[in-house]
Amino acid sequence: MGKMTKRLSSYIKTFVLWELWRGLSVTLRNFFKPPVTVFYPEEKTPQSSRFRGLHALRRYPNGEERCIACKLCEAVCPALAITIESDVGDDGTRRTTQYDIDLFKCIYCGFCEEACPVDAIVETRIHEYHMEAPGENIMTKDKLLAIGDKYEEMISVDKEADAKYR
Amino acid sequence: MTDDIVNIEIDGKAEKALKGEMIISVTDKIGTYVPRFCYHEKLSIAANCRMCLVEVENAPKPMPACATPVMEGMRIFTRSPAAIAAQKATMEFLLINHPLDCPICDQGGECELQDLALGYGRDISRYTERKRVVKDKDIGPLVSTDMTRCIHCTRCIRFGEEITGLQELGTTERGEDMKIGTYVEKSIDHEMSANIIDLCPVGALNNKPYRYSARAWEMMQRPTISPHDCVGSNMNAHILRGKVKRIVPRENEAINETWLSDRDRFSYEGIYSGERLLNPRLKTGKKWRDVSWDEGLERLTVELQKASGTDVGIIASPTSTLEEFHLLSNLADHLGSSNIDYRTRQKDFSDQENDPLFPWLGCKIEDIEAAGAILLVGSNLRKEAPMIAHRFRKAALAGAQVSIISAEKYEYYFDVCHHIDDSNLVEDLAGIAVAAADGGAVPDVISDICEGVEPTEVHKQISAVLNKTENALVISGLIASRHSAFSVIRALVASIGEMTGASFGGLSEGPNSAGGHLAGVIPHRQQAGMARSRQGWNAQDIINNSPEVTLLFGLEPIDVTCVDNVGKKLASHRFVCAMTPYSNESMEESCNLLLPIGTFAETSGTYVNCEGRWQSFGGIAKSIGAARPGWRVLRVLGNLLDAGGFEYVSSEEVLKEIRANITNITADNTYKGSKPLPKTTGATDGGLAIDVPIYQIDAVVRRATALQLTPEANRSRSNN
Repeated sequence: MGKMTKRLSSYIKTFVLWELWRGLSVTLRNFFKPPVTVFYPEEKTPQSSRFRGLHALRRYPNGEERCIACKLCEAVCPALAITIESDVGDDGTRRTTQYDIDLFKCIYCGFCEEACPVDAIVETRIHEYHMEAPGENIMTKDKLLAIGDKYEEMISVDKEADAKYR
Repeated sequence: MTDDIVNIEIDGKAEKALKGEMIISVTDKIGTYVPRFCYHEKLSIAANCRMCLVEVENAPKPMPACATPVMEGMRIFTRSPAAIAAQKATMEFLLINHPLDCPICDQGGECELQDLALGYGRDISRYTERKRVVKDKDIGPLVSTDMTRCIHCTRCIRFGEEITGLQELGTTERGEDMKIGTYVEKSIDHEMSANIIDLCPVGALNNKPYRYSARAWEMMQRPTISPHDCVGSNMNAHILRGKVKRIVPRENEAINETWLSDRDRFSYEGIYSGERLLNPRLKTGKKWRDVSWDEGLERLTVELQKASGTDVGIIASPTSTLEEFHLLSNLADHLGSSNIDYRTRQKDFSDQENDPLFPWLGCKIEDIEAAGAILLVGSNLRKEAPMIAHRFRKAALAGAQVSIISAEKYEYYFDVCHHIDDSNLVEDLAGIAVAAADGGAVPDVISDICEGVEPTEVHKQISAVLNKTENALVISGLIASRHSAFSVIRALVASIGEMTGASFGGLSEGPNSAGGHLAGVIPHRQQAGMARSRQGWNAQDIINNSPEVTLLFGLEPIDVTCVDNVGKKLASHRFVCAMTPYSNESMEESCNLLLPIGTFAETSGTYVNCEGRWQSFGGIAKSIGAARPGWRVLRVLGNLLDAGGFEYVSSEEVLKEIRANITNITADNTYKGSKPLPKTTGATDGGLAIDVPIYQIDAVVRRATALQLTPEANRSRSNN
């Protein structure tokens, strides 16, 4: 009995285009809702303080480089994007002479940041950058330090926010 | 014998051990690891780190495994709760004062303390008080110190006391205030002292030239052989991105045990010297210019083809590999020249006909320590072959009576029975020979030399010791082989050996003198000792007779000491081509064509050491500039000269050919000649004049910056 009714109702629905009207009703409802689209770049979506974007090398407040060339980031990097050469620095401490990150190789996993015992290498929230010439994908130590210097305020706030979860 | 075996039980398993053996050596043998810091197989037992505590049944407290001898029926638990608790407690105490700066410590990643802290350390420190800080010491250019990291295992101190015999490091104060140092600030100075770097279980003593330049986990380890002395010490090179970062010893009980001399360890710095020759260079007129390999080799080919075979001279360095020697010898054969030699420091070639098949030590290196009596002739042994000097010391400590005849007084850190230190060698050896003959006739070969020689009391005593002791040895050093009366000295040594029943032999120059003889890089013999149809010029003659074309292989004029003023004489030669890793002013003055070849690190090859052991090694580092391995350059040169048979694609193929040619060789130092040698004293030859300072021995060592900063190098500079 029930089987018969089901088949009948399906038969009628097919003829009155019932599914089409149901679908269009969703469209109609959204037609009157405010839009969710963000007008990038004028508008931007909110970002987590843990966002993993472009890398930076930080300094201590007195201007001393944080990086101690322990090479743990190089060892942990799953994409082998980091290349470090180290030597005795001018003040007799362990220092990098070369610190390169290949942005084409980097997968932005953030392991380097996790591994760093002195919070030297960090991933900032910067995600809007481009390269114009071959070779610009290699972030050298100078470039990374410059980014760190420029965005130190943002970085320190982000790290502060995340500190209690680490 | 059964009395010496005891039955014990380790972790529930029944084991047999030798009576009096320490627990730790039994557990090591059966593969049960007991943590340790102060215990080292080659050093005495100190039992001061307490890390190896294990539980022994019925013992009231945990016992140190390194200092507890096994006893019948002993039941030992290495992993029981009590043992682990003791080990963990020890670790906690060790970590109280050890800084947690692993990220900046060079030992990080290969540190015994770091490894064990992972297994036995607590996650969180309970210690909140102040940590100890110790001032770093400056102990020279080879070893860096971070004394705060020291855990007082005293391995470095025991190394000085027991292995080198020169106690350079010691402790001051006690307990918390205990410090390791040199007492008075000074550089460590023994030629083997850098071994304390390997011995130190933490990062307190570390490799200074290597400091902060790489991490243990990122380097490749490649085996190689030392290219500086006739011992052929086994080494491992640690390579980062094709560059040698450091050298460490590779264990070989028969040769270098677990040690390495400083020269072998730090010479790698010379590979990256600023004086490396990066391109083939050609001199036209007085001007040097870089040329391509093609042009350089083309020029050499033309010059060689222009010269008649007899007017080509080839001098190779004794640091060349066997393969290079073989190709050089083949090349000389093709050119029809017998003017080929590797003996750049030898002065006396008069008796070369009676050379043994190859220069041989007379025994195995490891047999030296079993010798009952040793006579050392004309040698600055500690500087010539530090590893052999170490075996001498072991022999002397075991009771061997060591006598020394030399022109200078050299310091040894063991008891020397008779030390004749103002000798011209010949007279004293003749005296000993006469004493050894004991009134009878000396062998014919030395009859003229010994005529009218009266042995002194000391001569008689030395001869008596050699005579009555089993396993006696007579060994001549490099000063003897550079002596202007070398032939006579060799004949005397052989005769003394024969008369007293002692084994005899000598050290040889460079890592591959034996290879030079075997491959026929000598003017009077072909490969494997076959006589040449026409005897050629030796190194001395080649320099003096100025052939049309002179080929220097792997050496600089300064390496050729068999004649004076080599640089000037070479400059007057018509065409000198040097295949060399380095170039400097003296090279540019005396040569016309420079072809860059690789150092020992960049080539594969084989060295035959002074005991006749063939040791092959592969290339370990990237070539520098346009430099190519020597054997490849010679191979191409052979092809350009249409020499035939130069189609090798690997050095192994060359080696295979050598092995096929050189079969059934036995080391034999028996003196073959019978013609009496003329009486000579060679008295003008002082020891110092013909002694080559330890860090001047070859081109690579001369450019090793850290070695050149050592007090030893400074002393040799001020002597000259």
